[in-house]
Amino acid sequence: MSTLTRNIARSQEARTRRRPVRPGRIILHLALAVCAALMALPFLWMMLSSFKPLDEIFRQPPTFLPEVWTTGGYETAFAGADFVRGFWNSTYIAVTVTVISLLTSTMAAYAFARIDFRGSKHLFMVFLATMMVPAQLTIIPLYIIMGWLGWIDTPLSLIMPASLFSAFGVFLMRQYIKGIPRELEEAAELDGASRFRVFTTMILPLLRTPLTALGIFTFLGQWNNFFGPLIFLNSDANFTLPLLVNQFKGQYGADWTSLMSATTLVAAPLLIIFAVAQRQIVDGIALSGSKS
Amino acid sequence: MSLDTQIRASVDAVPAQPRRKVSRRRRKDTIAALVFLSPQLLGLIVFMIGPLGFALYLAFSHWDGFGAATFAGLSNFTELFENPRIQRSAINTVWFTVLQVPGVMITAFLFALFMQKAGRMTNVYRLGFVAPVVTSSVAVATIWLYLFNPEISPINSALRSIGIPAPNWLQDPSFIIPSFAVVAIWQGLGYQLVMFMAGLQSIGASYLEAAELDGCSAWQKLWHVTVPLISPTILFLSITSIIGSFQVFDYIYVFMDSSAPDEARTIVYEIVQMAFREFNFGAASALAFLLFLVLLGVTGLQMAAQKRWVHYAE
Repeated sequence: MSTLTRNIARSQEARTRRRPVRPGRIILHLALAVCAALMALPFLWMMLSSFKPLDEIFRQPPTFLPEVWTTGGYETAFAGADFVRGFWNSTYIAVTVTVISLLTSTMAAYAFARIDFRGSKHLFMVFLATMMVPAQLTIIPLYIIMGWLGWIDTPLSLIMPASLFSAFGVFLMRQYIKGIPRELEEAAELDGASRFRVFTTMILPLLRTPLTALGIFTFLGQWNNFFGPLIFLNSDANFTLPLLVNQFKGQYGADWTSLMSATTLVAAPLLIIFAVAQRQIVDGIALSGSKS
Repeated sequence: MSLDTQIRASVDAVPAQPRRKVSRRRRKDTIAALVFLSPQLLGLIVFMIGPLGFALYLAFSHWDGFGAATFAGLSNFTELFENPRIQRSAINTVWFTVLQVPGVMITAFLFALFMQKAGRMTNVYRLGFVAPVVTSSVAVATIWLYLFNPEISPINSALRSIGIPAPNWLQDPSFIIPSFAVVAIWQGLGYQLVMFMAGLQSIGASYLEAAELDGCSAWQKLWHVTVPLISPTILFLSITSIIGSFQVFDYIYVFMDSSAPDEARTIVYEIVQMAFREFNFGAASALAFLLFLVLLGVTGLQMAAQKRWVHYAE
């Protein structure tokens, strides 16, 4: 009863307190809405152009909505490059790397945060220092090493380095594990639980939020990666989506309808995921920086 | 606490061979640590430390990937310093950074300030700002290839209709680098916006209220309260975005393929061209090494300067 009356009182209070809408607020919302729309406009333009016939694209002044809708661009795109295969390659690499690197970096982070071993601090400093190394410095030796291993033009050349080494992942997860109170683990260890058991049953379940954030970050980085695939992959069948679009651009550069169709095919999956899971993705971005 | 004393008490209660027990526990811990670390340790050695040493070796060698490498001394470095194209690329890279980093940081900070006041609509507006962040740089560059093409660009058409001469973005030498910066700002804005908003959210309202009571103007509050309180975020973003913009590559490669004119080339573009077109692994490694040193130097300067202006709360 009391909560009900309190709610009513509060809502009445809110109503009387509500100030008239100030013009400043209207201008603020208007400005933000216009800017947000302008930011999204290139994507809208991409999608609309993918349905315009080529002669309409070249018309001046340009049309906004297509006067004639065509799906010819998508037909050319699918005929010109194997985007289904590219989609599979991209997904396969991104998912594999995300799963394995989350596991390996959390394991290493656990060792740094919880196990007292000689050289722990120095080794961790080495991990941190490698974050400063630009990818371009190691890409040439990596290319040669991949050649020795026979991994050039295979997904392994992209999966293995990213799965087995992530200084950022180790750093981020270590920060979070250090934040977990130690008492529970110590009690479990006194009861004879192994480190492995403590790790899987007590630590991992508490890391859901940072693991999700790191997972999103890793997946985005891999799915959108252009530099690595450009160097390591060279046959069409192994190409990821960004490589396929870049190659398609080389062949159909003047056919803007088809090029925008191909670009839409690459951009759309992540844009859709983003629209659905905005909260998690934005939180993930914020969280991955907050601990640094 | 109590657990600690319990453990200590139990160790004390068994005076016989305490040392061996401790060392056995120590050895067990080291083995456990090795097991947990092993995958990342393997990666560290095979995919980072090894390649780093290899890169250093290559920087002082002549090698095209076949046959034996020969010792080059410093000739790779002198070759780079004497090459006017490399100098031009270095200037382009710095110019890009000068345009992009302040451009994206100031815009993102201002939008974050406004977004804070937008209440529930924040989530809607944020969709527009963050969408480019999750999109692949290749898709982004392909879209802007359209928007920069003077024959079909809706931007140019809009500029012309209000009487402003439309630039030929990717052909006019003085517009190429600014064009890259426009694309990079558009794509990088959302990330920094999210970071600034998180930083602003963590500022206690009490500081701003106190400043208001003291009669501070909006500008004084911003400059003397808000900016110092989010200075750690500003430092973090300026370090990471300078590092990122020194490594710009994807846009240029998508815009220009492997035939970019001198006015469009950046350092990383040169590294890729030298290594994987000309197979001059030595000079490419030397250039990558110089880039690394410059990044270390710039970051070191920022870390040294932070004491003067970064305030950590608590």
